[in-house]
Amino acid sequence: MKVTGWVGIAAGLLILLSCAAAISALIGASGGAISVSGADFSAIRFTLLQAALSALGSLLIAVPLARALARRRFRGRDLLVTAMGAPFLLPVLVAVLGLLAIWGRNGVLSALMESVGAERLNIYGLTGVVLAHLFFNIPLVTRLLLQGWATIPPEHLRLGQQLGFGPVERFRLIEMPMLRTVLPGAGLLVFLLCISSFAIALTLGGGPRATTLELAIYQAIRFEFDLPRAGTLAMIQTGLCLIVAAVTMLIARPGEARAGMIHPDPFSPPEGRVLDGVVIASVAMFLSGPVLAVILRGAPALLELPYGVVEAAIRSILVALSSAILTVGVGMALSIGLVRMAELRPRLARVFEAAMLLVLVISPFVLATGWFILLRGHVDPFAIALPMVVTINALMALPFALRAFVPAVAMARRTDGRLADMLGLTGYTRLRHVLLPHMRGPAAFAAGLAAALSMGDLGVIALFGSTTTATLPLVMYQLMGAYRMEAAAGAALLLLLLSFGMFAVIDRLGKSHDPV
Amino acid sequence: MLRTTALFAALAAMPAQAQELVVYTYDSFTADWGAGPQVEALFEAECGCDLTFVGTGDGAAMVARLQLEGAGTDADVVLGLDTNLIQAARETGLFAPAPTDLAVPALPIEWQDDTFVPFDWSYFAFVYETYALDTVPTSFEELAQSDISILIQDPRSSTPGLGLLMWIDALYGDDADQIWSDLADNIVTVTPGWSEAYGLFLEGEAEMVLSYTTSPAYHLIAEEDDGKATAAFEEGHYMQVEVAAALADSDQPDLAAQFLTFLTSAQLQSVLPTTQWMYPAYEAEVPTGFDTLQSPEIALLQSPEVAAERRDAALAIWQDALSQ
Repeated sequence: MKVTGWVGIAAGLLILLSCAAAISALIGASGGAISVSGADFSAIRFTLLQAALSALGSLLIAVPLARALARRRFRGRDLLVTAMGAPFLLPVLVAVLGLLAIWGRNGVLSALMESVGAERLNIYGLTGVVLAHLFFNIPLVTRLLLQGWATIPPEHLRLGQQLGFGPVERFRLIEMPMLRTVLPGAGLLVFLLCISSFAIALTLGGGPRATTLELAIYQAIRFEFDLPRAGTLAMIQTGLCLIVAAVTMLIARPGEARAGMIHPDPFSPPEGRVLDGVVIASVAMFLSGPVLAVILRGAPALLELPYGVVEAAIRSILVALSSAILTVGVGMALSIGLVRMAELRPRLARVFEAAMLLVLVISPFVLATGWFILLRGHVDPFAIALPMVVTINALMALPFALRAFVPAVAMARRTDGRLADMLGLTGYTRLRHVLLPHMRGPAAFAAGLAAALSMGDLGVIALFGSTTTATLPLVMYQLMGAYRMEAAAGAALLLLLLSFGMFAVIDRLGKSHDPV
Repeated sequence: MLRTTALFAALAAMPAQAQELVVYTYDSFTADWGAGPQVEALFEAECGCDLTFVGTGDGAAMVARLQLEGAGTDADVVLGLDTNLIQAARETGLFAPAPTDLAVPALPIEWQDDTFVPFDWSYFAFVYETYALDTVPTSFEELAQSDISILIQDPRSSTPGLGLLMWIDALYGDDADQIWSDLADNIVTVTPGWSEAYGLFLEGEAEMVLSYTTSPAYHLIAEEDDGKATAAFEEGHYMQVEVAAALADSDQPDLAAQFLTFLTSAQLQSVLPTTQWMYPAYEAEVPTGFDTLQSPEIALLQSPEVAAERRDAALAIWQDALSQ
């Protein structure tokens, strides 16, 4: 374990160094001078505007939803709460296709609008980008808020009921103080996620009016081969993310969005039942509609998928497995290193762990751009597209892995570690008998997460993918571009099944009976 | 001894059989209904080699793609640039001169270029469904003042998008910002490539799409649908001449040259009108149905040098006007 720990620390340092190298390459490319054109300003403006609207909208809808879910009990409630964790694993492009099927000009709603004589909808641009962000973030915020509601002590509620609080007093005196602590963090988290949104802006953004910074970086590289401009934009993007992340950490500590049962409020007041029902039903429809649309549209096409789609799916599965293995391997070694370091140098360990979390803040796109500039001239960027996708996706899943691994490693050392010391167990034997039993669950969870995220990622691969390295999301994007909607829907359903299937299968491996 | 000789002969023959010519082109060329599959079959029968088309988005992004890949690119030939991009492409220094014995193109303009070989051409125009539009605009000003919804392509990635930029630049020069600001509210979305825009148009996402005067021929001939037409602008239509060129670092220079010659052949040229839905760039038969197409009275085209010179300023105007 000693060796593993050192390997872990070395791997961690290597990650930090390569991120730093990427950033310095970008500074170098931008020439150090930040010259911002009118189009860049509008990209910055649009990035902030859509993120702000998405964050506000998510909060506005999630508060009544979480409130309704917190105080009502009904059949399927736990299922609904669990399902709200699903968008995290849902490939962005699948959601986009589903949203278009409902909200697009040829979607279900447009047809309804036309039948009553109204205009068809046009969601390209700000509307579509915000709509897609709401789709992904309402569930996230709702889960964060439900945890907030769960922290309200039942005694407060009981007391409130004894004092005869009406809905207004109950909200003002009991729920509001909780919301005040949870909402800023949740809002900033959504804002941060929406700032670095690429695939949504790529597919639903509409030209210069609806270009995010990430999309502008992509265009600078793929359309104009303007590396200085890509460098400048990447610096702005990173600066923005760092500022928002710093503010988020200062203002609030958002709770973890974890699955599990959050028990409903035992004091379910009878008033407002209809309203709660309407809120729950309409948001449930908003969230499930697009997924259902993909399933219905994709199912007929699933049996006759073009060969290219099948080939890309196999490639994507390999990418997903590789990045899962990488995440778990590096994550485990790094956690051992961090736990040992915490025993020797607690403060240094905390700084190191915080630095690793920062990786999450640097957008994958920025990293890929930086590495590309570094490697240019040495290797063909299109040839290393897949290894790059694997590495960057593994990195993005690493902070989640660390969050699950570090407590597990610490627990293993605290409990069975002493016994192992007495028995003089070292090396592989110790790893196998002391650590692994504790790691099985967290490792499977992290591997599943990394696999699902890599499976659905359309970021780096859009930048450097080509016909021979196209992953399933990229092929799906190309099919959508060629307006082969049947095949695209089939690919979407396949992608959906693979993402969730991989997560479920791998996560389940961790839960099986362990003979050790 | 004999056996060894045979073995060596087989070994020597193998690379020849596996000879592969990689051609970068835009997506719609490689589509099942595009020219790609037919071109591939015809050329492979002639060369006994393996022709691979690689779709790289739309044409304008191809120059960036080649710069990204640098001299190590897999591409032997690039097909689907146009006159507006020739200068930028030439400046990359990545291209090799074309064979000198090529036929003289039959274009409405005089052609002289030692590197870029024209293979088809047409005029840019807005396509619409005749039943859907009551009044068809006859100029950019009328279009901009109307509430007709249009789909256009990004000039940084797409050759029609760049063509529109140059069209408006040729007509309005430094006053283009007014036209673009007035057009901004007509634009449903700006797509990265022609395929996306045309696909959205066919799905009914807008009333007009930027394409070619020859696009209705596809619907007329392949689909027997005479319901598509193009809006004739009195001020003139900008031309597109599509070109191909060989890369200097190609490991198949002979095959690349052979392919460029093949592009100019009557056999291939006669395939283009009903696959590319463009006019052939050399003397070749044009199918019936093409005579029903709009034939602009005024043809506009800036020289590659002027187009290159105007591009950045025109692009800045476009970006500013459309990002408001």
